[in-house]
Amino acid sequence: MGHWPGEKRASLPILSDASGYLLRGMALSMLVLHAAAEAGIRRHARESYPYECCGALIGCNQVVSEVFALPNTTEEGPRRRFLIRPVDYQAAELRATELGAELLGFYHSHPDSPAEPSQYDLDHAWPVFAYVILAVTAGKPAALTSWRLREDRLAFDEQPVTVE
Amino acid sequence: MATKILIPTPLRSYTGNQDVVEAEGNTVGELLANMTARYTDLSKHLYADDGKLRSFVNIYVNDDDIRYLEREQTPVASGDTVSIIPSVAGGERS
Repeated sequence: MGHWPGEKRASLPILSDASGYLLRGMALSMLVLHAAAEAGIRRHARESYPYECCGALIGCNQVVSEVFALPNTTEEGPRRRFLIRPVDYQAAELRATELGAELLGFYHSHPDSPAEPSQYDLDHAWPVFAYVILAVTAGKPAALTSWRLREDRLAFDEQPVTVE
Repeated sequence: MATKILIPTPLRSYTGNQDVVEAEGNTVGELLANMTARYTDLSKHLYADDGKLRSFVNIYVNDDDIRYLEREQTPVASGDTVSIIPSVAGGERS
């Protein structure tokens, strides 16, 4: 594999551990979305409206350099649910490995609903991963947020996001 | 009998950043119990409060989902590989 944009990580905060938490205190480190990655999420969400889209966030050290669109296979109604099957999860891990990168988390859209995690999101969350949520209002991508599951699984903490 | 268990990305910080651990047991349930006895912080992410595996935690023996075998009573033999493979689910407020 040739150039991997994750090399920008050298300029990022060095105090975060592999899971993105600052080594001192519990403040969450910034999630950085490369502009092309953010555009990919917005495009996927717009094209999937009024259904939820979903996909993987791939990169290094909390810098997302690639998004990997995945099929929403929910059988509970894709207007308000998404499901990534084990086989597609494995494809995302494989893609990250092929790129010499890490699987940093997942994104999904909330059609005509705020970019805030639901109880259903919380009930199904994995630790460590960044959960990026994009609100889509009347077909237009709107607010984008990122969330991380607390260690006690009782809530999410919002993670600052920047696009560069 | 030690069997390899493949650990997915979000759980590796609970296994000393190892993507493969070895555990002892004759069934999937015994293996997982042996593993979580060693890596105790894994438990809450694998098991719900009722002690059952969370619905989005998928356990495979080689290529087979244990839901279609004997669930946690599924026997494991020497040379088998057990994998923990996430499903990822969510959605907007209902």
